[in-house]
Amino acid sequence: MSNSNFTRRGVLKTGTIAGAGLALPTYLSAAAHEGFTNAPTGDTVTLGFNVPQSGPYADEGMDELRAFELAVEHLNGQGDGGMLSTFSSKVLDGTGIMGKKVGFVSGDTQTKSDAARASAKSMIEKDGAIMISGGSSSGVAVAVQGLCQEAGVIFMAGLTHSNDTTGKDKKANGFRHFFNAYMSAAALAPVLEQLYGKDRRAYHLTADYTWGWTQEESIAAATEALGWETVEKVRTPLASTDFSSYIAPVLNSGADVLVLNHYGGNMVNSLTNAVQFGLREKQANGKNFEIVVPLYSELMAKGAGRNIAGIVGSQNWDWKLENEKGDRYAGTNAFVQSFGEKYGFPPSQAAQTCYAQTLLYADAVTRAGSFNPCAVVEALEDFEFDGLGNGPTLYRGGDHQCFKDVIVVRGKENPENEFDLVEIVEVTPTDQVTYPVDHPMFSGGALGSCNPGA
Amino acid sequence: MLGLTKKDFTMFIVVIVMVALAPFLLNPFPQGSSLAQMFNAGYPDLMQRFVIFGILVIGFNILFGLTGYLSFGHAAFLGVGSYSAVWMFKLLGMNVIPGILLSMVVAGIFALAIGYVSLRRSGIYFSILTLAFAQMSYNLAYSVLGNPASNFNLTNGETGLQLLLTDPRILGQSTTPDGSLPVTNFFGIAMRDSYDLRMGDWLFTFNAGYYLCGVIMLISFYISIRIFRSPFGMMLRAVKSNQQRMNYTGLNTKPYTLAAFVISGIYAGLAGGLLSSMDPLAGAERMHWTASGEIVIMAILGGVGTLIGPILGAGFNEYFKNILSKINDSVLHQWLGFLPDGIEDFLVTIIHPFVGKGWHLTLGLLFMIVIIFLPGGLVQGGQKLGRKISGRSRRDAAKAAEQSKSAAE
Repeated sequence: MSNSNFTRRGVLKTGTIAGAGLALPTYLSAAAHEGFTNAPTGDTVTLGFNVPQSGPYADEGMDELRAFELAVEHLNGQGDGGMLSTFSSKVLDGTGIMGKKVGFVSGDTQTKSDAARASAKSMIEKDGAIMISGGSSSGVAVAVQGLCQEAGVIFMAGLTHSNDTTGKDKKANGFRHFFNAYMSAAALAPVLEQLYGKDRRAYHLTADYTWGWTQEESIAAATEALGWETVEKVRTPLASTDFSSYIAPVLNSGADVLVLNHYGGNMVNSLTNAVQFGLREKQANGKNFEIVVPLYSELMAKGAGRNIAGIVGSQNWDWKLENEKGDRYAGTNAFVQSFGEKYGFPPSQAAQTCYAQTLLYADAVTRAGSFNPCAVVEALEDFEFDGLGNGPTLYRGGDHQCFKDVIVVRGKENPENEFDLVEIVEVTPTDQVTYPVDHPMFSGGALGSCNPGA
Repeated sequence: MLGLTKKDFTMFIVVIVMVALAPFLLNPFPQGSSLAQMFNAGYPDLMQRFVIFGILVIGFNILFGLTGYLSFGHAAFLGVGSYSAVWMFKLLGMNVIPGILLSMVVAGIFALAIGYVSLRRSGIYFSILTLAFAQMSYNLAYSVLGNPASNFNLTNGETGLQLLLTDPRILGQSTTPDGSLPVTNFFGIAMRDSYDLRMGDWLFTFNAGYYLCGVIMLISFYISIRIFRSPFGMMLRAVKSNQQRMNYTGLNTKPYTLAAFVISGIYAGLAGGLLSSMDPLAGAERMHWTASGEIVIMAILGGVGTLIGPILGAGFNEYFKNILSKINDSVLHQWLGFLPDGIEDFLVTIIHPFVGKGWHLTLGLLFMIVIIFLPGGLVQGGQKLGRKISGRSRRDAAKAAEQSKSAAE
């Protein structure tokens, strides 16, 4: 068999194939139907929901997925329509997006940048997803946002709280509805001053990645402006499950406040460890020892159980918001009702932001009259809306960040039921948490220009 | 032909044909059908992964298959290679060749240092040493060398090293004229460019990056065959069967094992460089010990010490990882929609734990099945199947097995 390859015929054949192979790339184009990646052709449009289903943020990820499914249902005209009825923009009518039925694919990010990108890539390349949403880890969100920018699809960030997502790593094709670490710090500082005074010594335990770093920076800056002193900043790996070796040194550090820059499973474990070490009962510098968890969620409160009582933090949204603070936060009850009917418990803030992002994307496409990412970007930039549960909100064009009220919450001492674990202490108005686009904590990046792909 | 025996040459040709026609072979179902949504694997990212992890495991097999030294730290070389390539894209330009070359060089140097220390011990102690080095590299990359606030941010920590609009790229351009990041290319051919071929309902994607990786994989595979068949390869096999006896006869085995270790490290670095060339982001979790474990699993799955095994093992692992993690309940309902509602819901409930977030579980079960019933890996399965089909007498079969075994080594 070996010699047959060198007959005249064989050489000609091989030569032709090789030639064709070499010529191929010169007229390559990634399915240029309408001048942008994954232009929907049939009567359906596919969205990609990329959430952590394993790893420390798996609980949040599962709740995000529930919200996505609900949003798709409502967009397709099934169910009770949820926030579609309260949303200030009225172009969505329950017939999908621009008459195309909405389908979706889901994937597991494993709370790892690499895996998340692989999963998002398969959604874009194989399933033809036109928009990717999801998150639950800022590292992952930043990595996937970069991928979407390169591939030419829209990224609607889910739960990501790092300043970098719309700061130094911001991208033209990426949008964030969720609030960020700077806003948390700005909302928390006055409450912390009022509760714990101006003379405190803080010890930071920080999840060692982009979100932890920016939150630590933001909280330290805001509390130092009050007159607090930062004793120590200790970084813990994201994958840790036992924090006792990090908690023990806190006891003898001279600190009287512990700031846990942890989220999800991390925070549940570190808080439990801290309570087991008796930090809550401890006296330091003649004051009660306090624990602060700057980014809070009901899912974490549920995981931490009784340990969460009395601990202060901030949230993007809470399911009791409309009931307690009035109809400025319209949409909340509509969403809670349809979510509760479908799943039997109230949604978390992660669910709300993902639901809102899906609706905002669908709305932007409809208003723009096109699925082209550049048209969608234009429709979303500087878009003002209301009725999605957060009150009047602005999607700022300069960095693609939403500006809205921030909620300061505290773990309830005597919860009435398993869903009523946090109480709303205060709602900080938008003005107090707004910052200029070129704020030093957000500088160093550029949006670039929108990329519609091939 | 090409210095290969007839049998090896045939196998090489088969591999070449498989690599060349992968876009057809991996997309057996028409576009848009529900079977296609799940089982088609012919999209660029996954095809690239098939061949890149093929390279990685081929290299690993040169060490583990021939010398029997089980390295539990090969992911470190993969990660080092990835970071090197991304740095090349940041500093030099977006052509993939300098990145790939640097990743091989750096991984080689890294392997030389780690190998020099680790190879002082053999057996389990060697495995533990490599594991320790790899975890050390992981932690350095994850935390110590990756803090954006410090002046020495080599890896960018958990977020992963990425390209920025402000990178110098002295031989290329920092930003394209329309204000976005330039893409990785091979002398002007962008790695993510694809040509879509429509044939009726079928859609086949030919991706430039995949074919570059494919050609490099074939070269690596060829080199690996030559190593297996060389006197050097024979020496490595002698190390595996009895290193002590070789020492007693006055042979110093260390240069041989070190050479094998460095070669397989370079292979891993090459794979890392290619991963970054296809998608210019390098994350620390590539170096995590679970990633090292996965390499070992792929090698064992395919068949340790066989030539073709590594490629099969890598393909099997990547395929099921991708497919299983993407099946969700709504997909299941779509599949089983033809059944009565009660039975449908029941079946979905049963299957649910094994797909989506439960993909680890299913993959674990598949590994167990393969290891229990096919200790020689997928290659052994292929041999068994071949024997069944040819239906020869038992004696002939035994003879054939003997032959194929010696050939496969």
